[in-house]
Amino acid sequence: MSALIDCRNLTKTYEMGDTTINALAGVSITINQGEYVAVMGASGSGKSTFMNLLGALDTPTSGELQVAGNRLSQLNADALADFRSGSIGFVFQQFNLLPRTPAVENVALPLVYAGVPAAERNRRALARLEQVGLAERSHHHPKQLSGGQQQRVAIARALVNDPAIILADEPTGALDSRTSEEVMAIFDQLNREGITIILVTHEQDVADHAKRQLVFRDGLVVEDRS
Amino acid sequence: MNLFASIRVALVALRVNFLRSALAMLGIIIGVASVIVLVSISEGTKRAVEAQIDSFGASLLIIRPGSSIFGGRRGGAGSASPLTDLDVRAVREEIAGLSGVSGEVRTSVTAVFGGVNWTTSATGVNADYFDARGWIVDEGRAFSAAEDESGRRYAVIGQTLVNELFDGASPVGQSLRVRGQPFEVIGTVEPKGETSWGQDQDDVIFLPLETARSRLGAGVRGPTRDPVQTIYADVSAGEDTDRVIADIQDLLRIRRDIAPGAVDDFSVASLAEFIRARNETENQLGLLLAVGAGIVLLVGGIGIMNIMLVSVTERTREIGLRLAVGAKRRDIRNQFLIESIVLCLIGGGLGLVAGIGGTSVYANVGQLDIAVSPLIVGVAVGASLFVGVFFGLYPAQRASRLNPIDALRFE
Repeated sequence: MSALIDCRNLTKTYEMGDTTINALAGVSITINQGEYVAVMGASGSGKSTFMNLLGALDTPTSGELQVAGNRLSQLNADALADFRSGSIGFVFQQFNLLPRTPAVENVALPLVYAGVPAAERNRRALARLEQVGLAERSHHHPKQLSGGQQQRVAIARALVNDPAIILADEPTGALDSRTSEEVMAIFDQLNREGITIILVTHEQDVADHAKRQLVFRDGLVVEDRS
Repeated sequence: MNLFASIRVALVALRVNFLRSALAMLGIIIGVASVIVLVSISEGTKRAVEAQIDSFGASLLIIRPGSSIFGGRRGGAGSASPLTDLDVRAVREEIAGLSGVSGEVRTSVTAVFGGVNWTTSATGVNADYFDARGWIVDEGRAFSAAEDESGRRYAVIGQTLVNELFDGASPVGQSLRVRGQPFEVIGTVEPKGETSWGQDQDDVIFLPLETARSRLGAGVRGPTRDPVQTIYADVSAGEDTDRVIADIQDLLRIRRDIAPGAVDDFSVASLAEFIRARNETENQLGLLLAVGAGIVLLVGGIGIMNIMLVSVTERTREIGLRLAVGAKRRDIRNQFLIESIVLCLIGGGLGLVAGIGGTSVYANVGQLDIAVSPLIVGVAVGASLFVGVFFGLYPAQRASRLNPIDALRFE
């Protein structure tokens, strides 16, 4: 079976004035279907950059990156949008829900861009909200929800397109420890159902939920333990 | 993302920043309203001018003697020898394409009926005059061609005379006195109102030409026999006015013995042309105002662009999120473009209402017949649509070119 994610000698450099920052200094790694991976490291180690490249939110400076059968370097902007729409579900530290918009519409947002008709969008969004235990709050606005509930809405949104991979960037970073456990329990359950989960964290107890841990330092993977 | 959903998103976004949206619209509202008011007033004025031309007779030519040249000294207007009945007859008989020709003489008289008197203009004319100048007899009759040569003391009077001397009662068959002589009123003419320079056209008594000359001495000056002060000639519909003018000039040059190359001592003018020329400056003023309104609209558009750029910046993270969940660049561009168009169309709609309101207020105050034409409404809506697209495109393009991760991380 070919790897779900296959990166070869991936680099990313930023120009900051006259200094060059090597955010990624040549990362080669493979991740298979159904894995549960925690990406760890100090800030500035390159772990977030790595995640952004996997989700096609950013483009590498050099190297090859293949995700779910797509060679990302060969895709144009529209094709990358289709890739994000069809293969990736994002969960962010700050939830990034649309304000003044009911939970169900937030969850349905990716379906809007995937061209799904309104009635079908609503049905699928409600099903996902039920999956994260928020069916009865589907018409609440983000402001009316707690942090943990907002993050669960965000997870429902990440799931609504049936993605191959969930990419979560510090998903518990803005939550207290009890709520963090609730959210992590959802990720655990999703992984048991076969969804590949990659999450960035700097908290060891969060990382312990994963079955594989990648530790970044100075733009390189320095540890890869299962 | 379909159009309906985009419009809904746009409306929500505009409602969230209600005051800001309203202020941004203000330029468009003022621009559209002023375009509508100014164009409507300008159109209304133009219509009034055309109505006035019609009231004079749109196709009327006015022939008058000009200045004499005697020993190198040029006399003033009308100093050349008068036109005569013979000139009237020659124009009537020899020029093709005229439907009515009449001489005219005028003098100021005091008319008396019962114990009331009124000073007015006694105007001696030929029978053709009424048709040529568009006077419609509304009671009684006008005099015939035979009667205008016979010197009978008949009078056809205007509405002002009916009001001042007869107190609005029917004057037909009554006898009024002018310079001690009785004149029988045989008809009245429909009112024409004032000219644009404030002269009451209905303050008039029409008499047969010969009667006015011989009984009242109207137009009589010097030794010339049967003089007329003015000849009116009505060009038939479909005839080339310039050709008719040239023919009359040729005829009169021969009759008045003007050497080839010498200057005419008479003038042949088209009244419609005269009035149009007089209003040319007003038209230019209207154009200037329209340009001004266009500039207001342009400034309004810049306001829209400014507010859209602010909106794009404020919602950078939202744009990043939308890109992350699968929005294409054109989805983002369309969203902001539609927002700009919706903003401008709402502004245009409000401006339309304000413009129609302003126009009707102006029409009421100025007692003018002004209406907002559907064409102007179309132009106003089209202009606001154009402003929305034109000034919305750059901010929308800017939003759509954001890099997803930069947008998501924007603080």
